[in-house]
Amino acid sequence: MLNQLLAIVLLPLAAAIVAGLAGNLIGRAWSHRITIGAVAVSCALAINIALGFAFGGLQSLNVTLYSWAQLGGLNLQVGFLIDPLTSTMMAVVTFVSLMVHVYTIGYMKDDPGYSRFFSYISLFTFAMLTLVMSNNFLQLFFGWEAVGLVSYLLIGFWYKKETAIFANLKAFLVNRVGDFGFLLGIAGVYMIFGTLDYAPVFEQVAKGFNDIQIPISEEIAWSGITFVCICLFIGAMGKSAQVPLHVWLPDSMEGPTPISALIHAATMVTAGVFMVARMSPLFELSEVALNVVLVIGATTALFMGFLGVIQNDIKRVVAYSTLSQLGYMVVALGASAYSVAIFHLVTHAFFKALLFLGAGAVIIAMHHEQDIRKMGGLGKMMPWTYATCLIGSLALIGFPGFSGFFSKEAIILATGNSNLAAADYAYFAVLAGVFFTALYSFRMFFLVFHTKPRMDEHTKSHVKESSLVVLIPLILLAVPSLISGWIIAPNVIDGSFFGDAIYVSENHDVLKPLVEPYSSQLGLTLHGFLTLPFLLAMGGLVTAFVFTVWKPEWRETLYNRLSVINSVLKNHYYFDKIYIDYISAGGVGLGKRFWRWIDAGLIDGWIVNGSAKTIGAISGQVRKIQSGYLYHYVLVMVIGLLAFLGWMYWRALAG
Amino acid sequence: MIEKLPILSLLIWLPVFGALLVLFGPGQKHRNISQWLSLLIAGATFLLSAWAVTAFDSSRYFLQFVEDTPWIESLNIRYSLGVDGFSLPLIVLTSLMTLIVVIASWNNVKMRSSHYLAGFLIMCGLMNGVFAATDSILFYVFWEAMLVPMFLIIGIWGGANRIYATLKFFIYTFFGSVFLLIALIYLGRQADSFDIFAMHQLVLPDLEVQKLLFFAFLISFAVKVPMWPVHTWLPDAHVEAPTGGSVILAAIMLKMGTYGFVRFMLPIVPDASMAMADVIIVLSLIAVVYIGFVALAQKDMKKLIAYSSIAHMGFVTLGLFISFSLVSGKHIDAAIMGIQGALVQMISHGFISGALFLCIGVLYDRMHSRDISDYGGVVNTMPKFAMFFMLFAMANAGLPGTSGFVGEFLVIIASLQVNFWIAALAGTTLIFAAAYTLWMFKRVMFGDVANEKVASLQDLRSREYIVMIVLAVMVLGFGFYPAPMLELMQPSVEHLIDCNLVSKLSPEGMCS
Repeated sequence: MLNQLLAIVLLPLAAAIVAGLAGNLIGRAWSHRITIGAVAVSCALAINIALGFAFGGLQSLNVTLYSWAQLGGLNLQVGFLIDPLTSTMMAVVTFVSLMVHVYTIGYMKDDPGYSRFFSYISLFTFAMLTLVMSNNFLQLFFGWEAVGLVSYLLIGFWYKKETAIFANLKAFLVNRVGDFGFLLGIAGVYMIFGTLDYAPVFEQVAKGFNDIQIPISEEIAWSGITFVCICLFIGAMGKSAQVPLHVWLPDSMEGPTPISALIHAATMVTAGVFMVARMSPLFELSEVALNVVLVIGATTALFMGFLGVIQNDIKRVVAYSTLSQLGYMVVALGASAYSVAIFHLVTHAFFKALLFLGAGAVIIAMHHEQDIRKMGGLGKMMPWTYATCLIGSLALIGFPGFSGFFSKEAIILATGNSNLAAADYAYFAVLAGVFFTALYSFRMFFLVFHTKPRMDEHTKSHVKESSLVVLIPLILLAVPSLISGWIIAPNVIDGSFFGDAIYVSENHDVLKPLVEPYSSQLGLTLHGFLTLPFLLAMGGLVTAFVFTVWKPEWRETLYNRLSVINSVLKNHYYFDKIYIDYISAGGVGLGKRFWRWIDAGLIDGWIVNGSAKTIGAISGQVRKIQSGYLYHYVLVMVIGLLAFLGWMYWRALAG
Repeated sequence: MIEKLPILSLLIWLPVFGALLVLFGPGQKHRNISQWLSLLIAGATFLLSAWAVTAFDSSRYFLQFVEDTPWIESLNIRYSLGVDGFSLPLIVLTSLMTLIVVIASWNNVKMRSSHYLAGFLIMCGLMNGVFAATDSILFYVFWEAMLVPMFLIIGIWGGANRIYATLKFFIYTFFGSVFLLIALIYLGRQADSFDIFAMHQLVLPDLEVQKLLFFAFLISFAVKVPMWPVHTWLPDAHVEAPTGGSVILAAIMLKMGTYGFVRFMLPIVPDASMAMADVIIVLSLIAVVYIGFVALAQKDMKKLIAYSSIAHMGFVTLGLFISFSLVSGKHIDAAIMGIQGALVQMISHGFISGALFLCIGVLYDRMHSRDISDYGGVVNTMPKFAMFFMLFAMANAGLPGTSGFVGEFLVIIASLQVNFWIAALAGTTLIFAAAYTLWMFKRVMFGDVANEKVASLQDLRSREYIVMIVLAVMVLGFGFYPAPMLELMQPSVEHLIDCNLVSKLSPEGMCS
């Protein structure tokens, strides 16, 4: 088993190194062969292990690879914890990664950085796997930052593009703000538990331990466990793009589309959700933290959904949809429905990767036009893309029977069952979000695939269905988007799927009432047509239909009526303005002032050079005495002699 | 046979006498000969230091490779050398960085290249002397002597404003050293010996005396580190220094200050250090936050990295001085973490800042400019260079997997055990270091080709490759597997905590 695990992690790394350093040497074809081969083997092994957990009764495994550092009694190690939660993530990551690898052959075929791109996405796969397979906080942080690094490299992949290199710096820095919290959280874990390995931490939690107080000021002290949970969650907010650290994700769309699917939809951005689920024993101890998680998640789910409605760039619509769906997962975490959050993570990984790759196919067909107002009527010209995107969109809006239905329905029901203070707000947000999800999804769908073609004749005449390397990943992702929910829903809800990997305390068990309805997929699906979420989704779909297909001219009227709201939305609630104009510019301005006033002015100008000048001035006066001219010295000698004689004379007189 | 060699003496005098050969030998006229000779000497020195690591018994804190002969008998000053877990890694770092500077300067310095190389070799020997000396007066002699070659290197091979910079450098550090000498003479008379370890055993019952000694040490060491507010010589010196000078300055010379803290201040005046720890912690945090802001505003690449050095050295002083409160709170593991973190940071910063100055040197050799605004889109013409520069920039931003992460991580984790605000302010380095380093990287490397000069850039040459690869291996190696370095230091750190951080106000509890 250990050899398999090492192969899963290290093959993509080795392939990345080969393709990255020797890409020119081995050529383009071998670059993709090597990386795809490596990821395919990883994927097969990972799925095998996941199946082993699902059906074969595989036991959880906790192994140490090597000791990273030994400090007194503290041993910091690198190792794996393999349990159903990890294996699920491993299978999803490697599968989506493999699909994206294959798709990239088609998407990037004319790009001069072809080998480099394959190297990066393989490196990403390695980084993400070390993150999910870790058995300790140190390695978790390593993977956490490593995926951030690769995300940085990939957003800025087209390094000549000014918007891309702005976006990648922004993404890295915003994530670093989250990581700042994350690191303090890890420090807090060490402070409370005296170790950074998961197993002893969870063991102490299970046995009962004494929480510590972390003093913030003379009067205020925070509960250690709440501090840890909130700090760790700040890390999750950065990586999983939760308000107010969400601003980097829409801009990250400046990177090539395959990585938007892999990193900024399916895997990396879900790292925060995974991490909180992994830490469920800790979060269960702090209702304060859970309420924070609920509020942040609900706000993201709803308010980012609003923004999806007004976007015109096809990738940005999907990006805001991703933000909103991440909000749903975080709400599930806050409601203690960790397994449901992971469930939605899995289904979302399939259908959102599908939608992104579909969007990419549309973008290629449109010759890199991304504005959905300039598309239309593509459904007939690209039937396979159309069909797979329809499946993806229906899964996204939670149409009964599709994968997204099972996971989203569970989130809504679980939030309704939660009795935390913030649960009512969250319940409202996730319900209202359903309407907007359907609205923006089908607004885009109609504008792209239906309605009259609005592109110029030249482009229109060149639109054609994508090549097989592009279509096969779409189809292979459409399959789980359809059926994955159906297959695993009952086991996820009754807790048998994740087993001990997720811990929920007795009074937070929001899933118990769901076990009964979820035991029959068919019954649940049929019942799904009668529920409020379904009506809301249909409402959104119909609204989208009205404003795009039926009466497009109403859109203009509506925009004008709602101009105030529209301008707030157009500016993305002014987050970017505050961050860029005030915080970044203010920081640089403050640095300039510090430098000019304190470093150059006070310390150098006043103290260092000032004292040099003072000494210089004094010595300048003193120096005049030593002029080097003989007659000066003679004069002084004569005056001195006269003075001496005068003094002697005076003394003689006095004596 | 090799076991019998006076290895530390060799590490000091081989480069010094070798340098004389470079200076006055046949190489004077023929650059090639002087270069190969320098390479040979620097290579031999490095191999000796590497051998010393393998022969070093890392399970003990005792001094090893000890040499001891009388030097000035009338004053009881001895020529005594020895290394422990604190000094040996620094000696290896010194020897390695000197070798790297010799390779990096290959055919690069046009004027009096044999003098230039000899300067670095002499400096290497003297710096090894600083780390190896166990007699405080011997230490002081090396400490002062090492300034001279650096003074000359900046003053002769430096940039336009080199005279101002080199004088500022010299006077600043010399000013500090005077107080060190007074303190050492006082301690020597008290202990009746100038042996540093005899000074460690000295009982200093009067806290006021300890505080005076503390301030004498502080002034001389803080200038070297440099700590805020006595840091303003560093950016000027770096900007004017030639590439090799900047590398040695950042990689080794700054460590002299923090080495002084570990070797003199903490063990000799622990009570005063403890009483004043809060002051040092505040100064360290100013270095992280305030200097972080200042670095953001820099337009000159070398200045930016110089300021970033100050911020990173703040972690060394922070890690050392939180140990007092951790030891008194019985968080021994955390105290070990803090001190180990500080020591790792010293070594790691040597590699990373050295590498970054070399990267800037690579660009400067081609473009003759350090201004960020003169660059843009260098990645288009120098993709291989860009890869290395990216790695070192990320290491400077403390990315896990690079050595830059290890020290900062340990110090931040340890400092939360002391106080939330210390950890929070220190943690802002995650944001600051990424912001100033990567923003610079973006403006210099990314984007479209900015001008014709950038368009005509040549990618790395073979000797530049060698240097980059060696440093990249170091940065990644210690990032993924710092355990060997930590093990080497561990006994000395534990000894420092067990014995030397104990109060010296009375003889009780001191270990012998």
